Order: sequence, then C-alpha cells, then structure tokens
Amino acid sequence: MTVHASWYLILGAVLFSIGAVGILVRRNVLVMFMCVELMLNAANLTFVTFSRELNDVAGQASVFFVLVVAAAEVVVGMGIIVSIFRNMRSSIADDIHVLKG
Amino acid sequence: MNLGVVPTLALVVPKINYWAILPDLILIGGALAVLALSSLTGRRFPAIWYSVSTAFLALATLGSALYLWFDITGKHHHAFVAIDAGIAVDGFSQLITMLVAATLFLVALSAPGYLRREGAGGPEFYVLSMLSASGAVLMGSANDLIVMFLGLEVLSIALYVMAGSNLKAIASGEAALKYFILGAFSSAIFLYGIALTYGSTGSTNLASIANYLAKNLLEHNGVLLAGAALMLLGFGFKVALVPFHAWSPDVYQGSPTPSVAFMSSVAKAAGFAGLIRVFYSALPTLRLDWQPVLWVLSVATLLVGSVLAVVQTDVKRMLAYSSISHAGFILIGLVAANPSGIAGSLYYLFTYSFLAVGSFTVVALVAGKGDSNHSLASYRGLSKRHPYLAAAMALMLIAQAGIPFTTGFLGKFYVLAAATDAHSYALALIAILSSVIAAFFYLRLGVLMYAPDGGELAVAPAVASGSASGSAQAGSASSAAATALAGTELLDAEDELLPVTRKGSWFAVPDDRGGDPILDDPAMAGSGVALVVSGDEAISGEVVNGPGAVGELRAPEIIDVPSSEKAGRDIGAAISIAICCTVTVFFGVFPSMLIDFAKQAKLLF
Repeated sequence: MTVHASWYLILGAVLFSIGAVGILVRRNVLVMFMCVELMLNAANLTFVTFSRELNDVAGQASVFFVLVVAAAEVVVGMGIIVSIFRNMRSSIADDIHVLKG
Repeated sequence: MNLGVVPTLALVVPKINYWAILPDLILIGGALAVLALSSLTGRRFPAIWYSVSTAFLALATLGSALYLWFDITGKHHHAFVAIDAGIAVDGFSQLITMLVAATLFLVALSAPGYLRREGAGGPEFYVLSMLSASGAVLMGSANDLIVMFLGLEVLSIALYVMAGSNLKAIASGEAALKYFILGAFSSAIFLYGIALTYGSTGSTNLASIANYLAKNLLEHNGVLLAGAALMLLGFGFKVALVPFHAWSPDVYQGSPTPSVAFMSSVAKAAGFAGLIRVFYSALPTLRLDWQPVLWVLSVATLLVGSVLAVVQTDVKRMLAYSSISHAGFILIGLVAANPSGIAGSLYYLFTYSFLAVGSFTVVALVAGKGDSNHSLASYRGLSKRHPYLAAAMALMLIAQAGIPFTTGFLGKFYVLAAATDAHSYALALIAILSSVIAAFFYLRLGVLMYAPDGGELAVAPAVASGSASGSAQAGSASSAAATALAGTELLDAEDELLPVTRKGSWFAVPDDRGGDPILDDPAMAGSGVALVVSGDEAISGEVVNGPGAVGELRAPEIIDVPSSEKAGRDIGAAISIAICCTVTVFFGVFPSMLIDFAKQAKLLF
C-alpha cells in the first residue's frame, strides 16, 4: 500500500494548525512552548515530504538546521520560563501581566 | 510516489569563501573570544574592557564591510554570491552590515554606564549583542531562505535573553517571555512559509526561486501564495507591523533600556533587509499579489503606531509605538517597489537606527537607578536638570517628527517621493497625516522637557511671582494638555515607581497623594502655591532636588544628588549620543553622501 505524498502534507498542515491554535488558546507557558515545537516539526515534515517529491536533498538538509535551532530555542525558552517562575511562582500566561498600557 | 527506496543523492560540500563572511566571522569569533577570556580569567578584567573590546570588534566589522563594499562597487568588480550561493555579497548586504556594526558600536559605548549603575558587570550583554548582530548580518546577506531563517533565529534568540537580562525585575522577565513566545511563534510560521515556498518552487535559494518563477507560470499558485503570506507574517512580527505589533510596546517597556536601544534598530534593520530581499528580489513575479497586502499593512502600521503613541504615558512605550509608525514609513519604500523606494527605505532605516539608539540612550540615562523612571512626568523640567541631555533628546524627537535639516525629514521625503513616483498618492497622504499625528507627541515630550520643573501644578500666579516666567505658560499649557490626554494614568500606578527627583521635588508635593488631584483640587493647589512662594529662594538657587525634601524647607547644600545626576556623567553614553546627534544633523544638512550610498546599495538581482 502506498501513501500519497499529499497525505503527509495534509498531516503537516494539520499539526501546524493545532500548534498555532494551541498558542493562541492555551494559557500555560509550557504548553504554548510545546505548541511552538509542534509547529516547527510540522514544517520539518513538510520539508521532508517536498524533498522526496522534488528528489532534492536540500530540503532534508534544512531539517537538520531546524532541529538545531529548535534545540537552541528550547534551552533559551526554558531558561526564561524558569527565571520567571522563580520570581512569580507561576507559569500561567494570564498571571504575568505587569506590563500594560 | 513510492516511498520504499531512498535515492542516493550526492552531497557536495561547497567551497567556502571566508572573505565573503568576514564581518560575521569577526562578530562571532569576537563574541566567543570575549566570553572565553572572561571565563578563563575569572572575570578579573575591569568591566570596561568588555565594552572597549566590543566597540573595537564593531569597528572591525564596519571596516571589513567597508572593504567588501569598495571591493564590489569598484570598476571591475561586481556583487557576487558565496558558499554555494547561500550568501549574497552585494551593496545591500554590506550597507545592512555597516548599519548593524554602527549600532553595535554605539550600544557598546553606552551600555557600561548603565550596567555599572544596575550592578551587572559581566560580559553577557556584550557577547549577546555581538551574537545577535551576527544574526542580523547573516539575515541581511542571506541569499537562501534557510540561511535567512538561521540568521533570524541567531538574531532573535540572543535578543530574547537580552530582553530578560535583568533577572531581578519581573517586568524584564515578562518582556522576555512575551518576546520569546511570540518570536518563536512567528519563526515557526516563517519556517512553514519557507517549506511551502520550497515545495512550490523546488528551491530555497532566492535566485533559483526568482529564476523559476520568471520562467514558469504556475497553474495553481495557492501553495506559493500561502508560503509568501506566512513569510510576510514572520517578517511582520519581527519588524512589528500592525497587526503583528502587540509584543513590541510590552517588550520595549519591560526590557533593560540598552537592550531596547539595540533591538529597536538591529531587529528592524535585519527584518526589513529580509523582507526587501525576499519580496522585492525573489518574488517580483508575485508583486501584484503582495503589493496590495503591504499597502494595507503599511497604512495600518502608520496610523495605529502614531495614534496609539499619543495616549502613552510611558516614554519607552511611546517610543515603541513611534518605532512602529517608523516601520510603516520604511514599508512605504517597499510598497512603491521601485529602486528609489528601496533606496529610500534603506536611507530611512539608516537614519532611524541612529535616532532610536540615541533616544533610548537618553532614556536609559534619565531612567535613573533601577531603570524605572520612564513616565512622561519624569521628563518634566529635564532641560534644567540636564540641559545637554534634554537638548539631545529634543533633537532626536525633532528629527523623528520629520522637521527639515534633520535626517528624519529626508528619510520621510525620500520614501514619500518614491511612493508618488509609483502613483500611490493615497499612501503618501496617509503617511503625511500619520507624521502630523506623530509630531504632536514628539513635540509634547519636547515641550515637557523645557517646561519648568514641576510645571504640572499649573499655578501660574505662584510661578510668575517666582523665578520662572514666560516658559512657565508653555509648560503649564503642555502639562494641562498632557493631563487631559492621559487622564489619571499619568499619576496613578506609576507613582510608586516615581523617581526621587520627582517625589522629592518642591512642586510635586500633591503627587504624593496619588490620583489626579492637582488641577481639580483648589485647596491642594493653594497649598502648592504657598509652598512655592515660601520655597522660592531655594528653588531659584538650586534646581537639584534630593530625596526627603518633601514638604519642608531644606538648604540646597544638604540635598543629595539623585542617581540620575551621576549617570549624567557617563562618558561612553555621552559619546554615543553625540555621534547620533552629529549623524542626524550632518546628514540632514548634507544628505547627498548618504543617499548616494543608499542608492548604490543595490540588490544582487
């Protein structure tokens, strides 16, 4: 049985949408952070699928760059969340509202 | 397609031309060297060493970019691509590199005073700013979407940390978190846009994309359009175009001020560089699709930026909205989509960077210890306390408002000229309207600075009987306008954060009650008058007001000098502000050199 490439693209689009909606509706910073990862990996899946379709290795190579970037983002993001948690004792986005105007 | 057999594809390692990425190598190498040296020596170096080495590395970057500039604009030379066409070495990329290096230089000069004041002496700020600058340089010279994504991330990740670098302040952490979540969100959107563009054109290389689209007419270009739209969204977040601007006022307000000075100019320069390169250079065939979208974004950015800036009572927020409105102006050049428009955008970016760094450096000095002194009220009477600082800030504001004989005016002039060349008269008119609105809040802050200290009281009889005279009228008028606009916000929540200079001010006694009683409460105003009259001698003698001076008469000699007074002697910041002012006036009076520079900064294709 063969699975057509468009299925992978649709899966990628669905994952990306879940991630995007998740960031907009979820209030826990960690969950929002996971949603970003979901979006990045949806993009990766799309890259790999297109790479296969186009028979071009550049798309697959791009995925490695994205993985490295995602790892760096995790490190910095977790650092920021931990530093906020130390000050606020909360990781809920709605509790963090010093800045407004 | 059969997914069973993986075809073997030869991976060719490209030849690396190190000269082409020399500016980037200097920045990254310098950052790592500074970090390693400071770790190995156990931070025995004086903190000023980090600042000096960063400034030196910024100058080296500027020099290497200049070298490449003369190399490619020479008679027998031309722009070229390097590293498997991933990097474009053209006038455009070198101009962005020089701009970023100049900003880095100015921030490196002005930061040590601030960091010393806030008790943060380490090399982190400088290392992060160099790494962030390297990302911006990479973004400006990227000829491949993946390289651009990497540049964007290197730029942004360092900026997130810089935004949150004040660990003790909750506001700084909140700014970092907001910037991080929205930045990561926009990066992911940008990446998905790249993936879709890659899928529909078969390459991530900008030249190949342009080539492919020029030769092939896509029957269904929905995926490509979606990709372009998502990339636009990603860039829009980075440069804070409306409606993707929501993060910017919060981040500007909460972050340490030197970080804001850096991010406001470098992130915008890099973001616009990417935006121009991708849309103007790689996707010109889709111009009829993206031009109307950019038109709408530009109009929204111009109007929302300047209108919302009017109602801000925090100077950093006000400057954030003003920078949003500047982003609208820079976008006009791209909407015009002609060579003069791109040159105008570059010129505007160049002038804006100096204005942003200059004004935020002044803001950092006025803020005083704790970096909390940002209400409009703390700028009242600045001209008496710090005449040079007030003059510099006034110049920055005048330039940002677009008054002639400053670079700000010419920047606006060139983008508007490009817009009328492209027959977008409506856009030009809206831009002029926006700059009129913007002029109001720039001038309001300017008038506030030259109002007598504590002009808020608006007790004209008392002031007239005292030492001040004519300017008091302007001061009370402006403060009445400010109060009317700002309502109670001007004085309520901010009051606990208010500076000693303000709380301890002779005139500011009623403020200690909180709320907005000054103009409404005759009894209070009366007591203010009494105080002013009785304290007349001290006021005319000594303008500096120390803590503890509230409500009683004290001799000037026992008054402490406020912390912002000491910060006023920050030599590095003074040099940095002086450079910004000089550039603003010099290139405002003699613009031809810089505009030729911007016109020569051509894109590769």
